[in-house]
Amino acid sequence: MMVEPSLVLFYVASAITLGGALGVVMTRNIVYASFALLAAMMGVAGVFLLVFAEFLALVQILIYGGAVVIVLLFALMLTRLEDFQNLTDHRQWPIAAVISIGLFALLVTAIVTTSVRTTEPQSIDFETLGEILFTQWAIPFEVASLVLLVALIGSIVLVRTDGDRD
Amino acid sequence: MIELAHLQILSAGLFAIGTYGVLARRSAVLILMSIELMLNAVNINLIGYAAFVDFDEATRSFGQVLVIFVITIAAAELALAIAIILRLYRNRSTVNVDEIDLMKW
Repeated sequence: MMVEPSLVLFYVASAITLGGALGVVMTRNIVYASFALLAAMMGVAGVFLLVFAEFLALVQILIYGGAVVIVLLFALMLTRLEDFQNLTDHRQWPIAAVISIGLFALLVTAIVTTSVRTTEPQSIDFETLGEILFTQWAIPFEVASLVLLVALIGSIVLVRTDGDRD
Repeated sequence: MIELAHLQILSAGLFAIGTYGVLARRSAVLILMSIELMLNAVNINLIGYAAFVDFDEATRSFGQVLVIFVITIAAAELALAIAIILRLYRNRSTVNVDEIDLMKW
C-alpha cells in the first residue's frame, strides 16, 4: 500500500514541531532553547501549509521566525546568561510531568471519543480572507492594532531609564 | 490523507509539552517560550477546524481570522512580558520565578 506523500510530510512537520517543543522544555542551555523554539514554529508553519492555510504559514514564519525569536534572544542578551545555567528545572518537575501527561491523555481521550463531521481540507484564498478581515472583522482588526500599539508603548515605558536620575 | 484527528493530537501534544514547560521551568524567559508553544497548539487546533469541518465559507474563514488575532495578541503579550522581565532583572537581578515572591503571603 502506497503511503500518501502529504501524510509523510505531515509526520515530518509534526516530528520537527514536537522535537523542537521538547527541546524548548528539556535543554539546559537557554540559547539552544530559543533555537528549538524557532524549529518548533517552523514545523507549525509546515503543518499550516499542509492544511492549505498559506497566509497563516507566511504570517507564522514572519512573526515567530522573524520577530519572536529575535526578541527572546535580545532578552537573553540583556540579562546575564550565566544566571540561567542552574535555572532550568524546578525540583518538583516530576509533578509537572505527571500533570502534563495526564492532560495529554485527557485531551486524546476527548479527541478520540468525539466525532466531528469532516470534509476534504479546503483552502481559503488570500482574497476571501482579506475581504472578510476588512469587512466583517474590520472593527476587531482595528482594536487588535490598537492593542499592539498600546503594548509596544507600554513596554517602552516599562524599560525606559531616566537619563538624569539613573 | 491528513485527518482532523491528526492535527488535534499534534495540538494536544504541543499543549501538554507547553504545560510541562510552564510548570517545571524556573526561568521566566523559558516559561514565556512555553506559553508561546501553548498558543501555537491552540492555533493548530483552530486551523484544523477551519480546514476540515463542514462549515460554510464565512464560518470557515472565521477560524483563520481568529488565528490572526491570537498571533497578534501573542506578539503584544511577548513584548510586554519581555519588558517586565527586563525591569525585574534590573530591580532584583534575577529571572528565577521562585525568588520573585514579593506578593506571596
